[in-house]
Amino acid sequence: MANNEIMTINMGPQHPSTHGVLRMVIELDGETILKIDPDIGYLHRGVEKLSEHRTYHQTLPLTDRLDYLAPMSNNLGYILAVEKLLGIDVPERAQTIRIIMTELTRLQSHLVWLACHALDIGAMTVFIYAFREREAIMETYELISGARMTSNFFRAGGLSQDVPAEFEKKVRDFIAEMPGFIDTYEGLLTGNPIWRKRTIGNGIISAEDATDIGITGPALRGSGVNFDLRRDIPYAGYENYTFEVPVGTECDTFDRYKCRLIEMRESCKIVTQAMERLKPGPVLADAPQVCYPAKDSVYNSIEGLIHHFKIASEGYPVPEGEVYMGIEAPKGELGFYLVSDGSSKPYRMRVRPPSFVNLQAIEKMAKGAMLADLVAIIGTLDIVLGEIDR
Amino acid sequence: MGIEILGLPLYYYIAMVAKVLIAFVFVLLTVAYATYAERKIIGWMQVRIGPNRTGPMGLLQPIADGLKLFFKEEIIPAEANKFAFLLAPLVALIPAFITFAVIPFGDTIKIFGYDVPLQIVGYYDAGVGKVVDMNVGVLYVLAMSSLGVYGIVLAGWASNSKYSLIGGLRSSAQMISYELAAGLAIIPVFMLVESLSLQEIIKAQAGMKWFIWNSPMTFVAGMIFYVATLAEVNRTPFDLPEAETELVSGFCTEYSSMKYAMFFMAEYANMVTVSAVMVTLFLGGWDGPFVSAIPWLSPLYFIAKVYFLMFLAMWIRATLPRYRYDQLMHLGWKVMLPTTLALIVVTAVAGHFGFYTFSGLFGN
Repeated sequence: MANNEIMTINMGPQHPSTHGVLRMVIELDGETILKIDPDIGYLHRGVEKLSEHRTYHQTLPLTDRLDYLAPMSNNLGYILAVEKLLGIDVPERAQTIRIIMTELTRLQSHLVWLACHALDIGAMTVFIYAFREREAIMETYELISGARMTSNFFRAGGLSQDVPAEFEKKVRDFIAEMPGFIDTYEGLLTGNPIWRKRTIGNGIISAEDATDIGITGPALRGSGVNFDLRRDIPYAGYENYTFEVPVGTECDTFDRYKCRLIEMRESCKIVTQAMERLKPGPVLADAPQVCYPAKDSVYNSIEGLIHHFKIASEGYPVPEGEVYMGIEAPKGELGFYLVSDGSSKPYRMRVRPPSFVNLQAIEKMAKGAMLADLVAIIGTLDIVLGEIDR
Repeated sequence: MGIEILGLPLYYYIAMVAKVLIAFVFVLLTVAYATYAERKIIGWMQVRIGPNRTGPMGLLQPIADGLKLFFKEEIIPAEANKFAFLLAPLVALIPAFITFAVIPFGDTIKIFGYDVPLQIVGYYDAGVGKVVDMNVGVLYVLAMSSLGVYGIVLAGWASNSKYSLIGGLRSSAQMISYELAAGLAIIPVFMLVESLSLQEIIKAQAGMKWFIWNSPMTFVAGMIFYVATLAEVNRTPFDLPEAETELVSGFCTEYSSMKYAMFFMAEYANMVTVSAVMVTLFLGGWDGPFVSAIPWLSPLYFIAKVYFLMFLAMWIRATLPRYRYDQLMHLGWKVMLPTTLALIVVTAVAGHFGFYTFSGLFGN
């Protein structure tokens, strides 16, 4: 603070509303933002490099920790890339459970987004309400995978295990209640004059700018670009489901908010459709080269034990080649680029995290805005530092 | 009647000391338990439980919090201006308490044969047959509540930290702007009562003729006053100075230990005070059913009304998001200020034609 009019402040990495350890160097004229420079890297764990020394199977748990608010989506993106390299098919039941779980994950991620976004703007009741609903999804996670966040549930060729019997009832009950909860959030926020004042006209980014930067996900659709990988380049059987892709018109925070809320309702519809398609059957492909044998055979037969030991100790070899697999994660396009040299470890894994790209828009969105707008903009971009820094 | 000091009877002084003690303890206890009540009430609204570990139902929580803060290490930043840094919490806290001096918290009651009005600066003048109090009570209230802003500005400036400075600047701008709206919103009340004495104002509202519903002008004025006071005490949706999601903790970011607790107490004491002022000016003060028959009811009515307004503030906090700085200024200067100015004109014109009240408007 010298004797000039411009004040440079340092926001983060320890700051309540930078959603993790984002640091921003901001130049302020009064309360108006002149320049903003996001500084990332405080949560770098070297996931991409680590994976080069682990088998494909051992790399999977690392992906849980990318976007830790949507672990199953990360699992899915990685597993689909591996399966694409392997060229194996997944049984119908595993496919359906994957869809149910990734859509629940989308709901969960959007719930956390809504909670934090509302809290940043000052509405703290929505925060608690959304976390209450998220808890139900966490319990579903725990029910099927044993972990609340680090699920590590999908496997190349299917799932790690079949879901327990209570799963169906739990998901059905939750999905029946969820639209009512979304109405509650809307009742607290959508028509609220202060909420509208804070979000309408805030953080505008035009469709051209958004596509130039490479924004994906709800942040892109809020700017009016009708692009959703689930519909446009279907994967994991999404072509069998009908759902709407909401698109905004005003390119502002309020439209992105509306888009995400509609997306939550659409996710509920997809889960409902998937629950109807859920039929008994195997959850792991018949590919002994890749998949673990059933526990029963591991414990009771020497062939099964050796089979398990072989895959556990040296992994499964993956044919030489390279592949890119992009999925529509809750925050945007999550891409996994895998290069295989024919061994059982990835030669190179590169993650294209949606948050990393979406964060690049912050300078365009926040320039000329006020300091209070900045937290709304960070909220509307829905970034997670776990996947930005990897 | 007995010994007189400076022309006033001795019992007047004894009663005054007693009233000071009672009012001070009342405000302190309310402040302590307002923090508990706020956490509990907002907890219930948010399907949480709230504090429930210290004592039965968590009732000892405020004491535990106070003790904890009391024993925390005092940290004064090296770059801070030490004198101003230490002064600021006092400047914030003291005005919040001394405003209570003029607020009548009950009717005149008889104690040991003496008529004691429940107002610290008031006394019963047997010669005139009515309560004499500070004749510019409302001005005193406005003056004291403006003093509080110095504490916050000083804190923000003396901390020598950027977040504190922004918080301090925000709150000074906010409090000055809303001070105007609040001050002007009281004017229709003076115009109706034709006095600045708080006793007179309450007397004018006696018999359930409370200004909040007795006259359209004072109804609007009351609403504006309430919103302005929320802004003045930095409550949601106007809690920008300490917007934790933007400014970490605003002006008190650098404060720790008891000094932080003093800011906290000042905030809640201010809340009690402005609620009390609102009750006095618009909700009939201690007026209520059967007060003329049983004067002891009057302090209870007063407390109930103050607590109700504080509950409203907590409810609002659980419901509403926060305004942005420029939107807040817009609301203060371009909406509330012109409305109050227009209201004063309307009150003057309506008063000239005798249409003061709703009953006046719709014929007696």
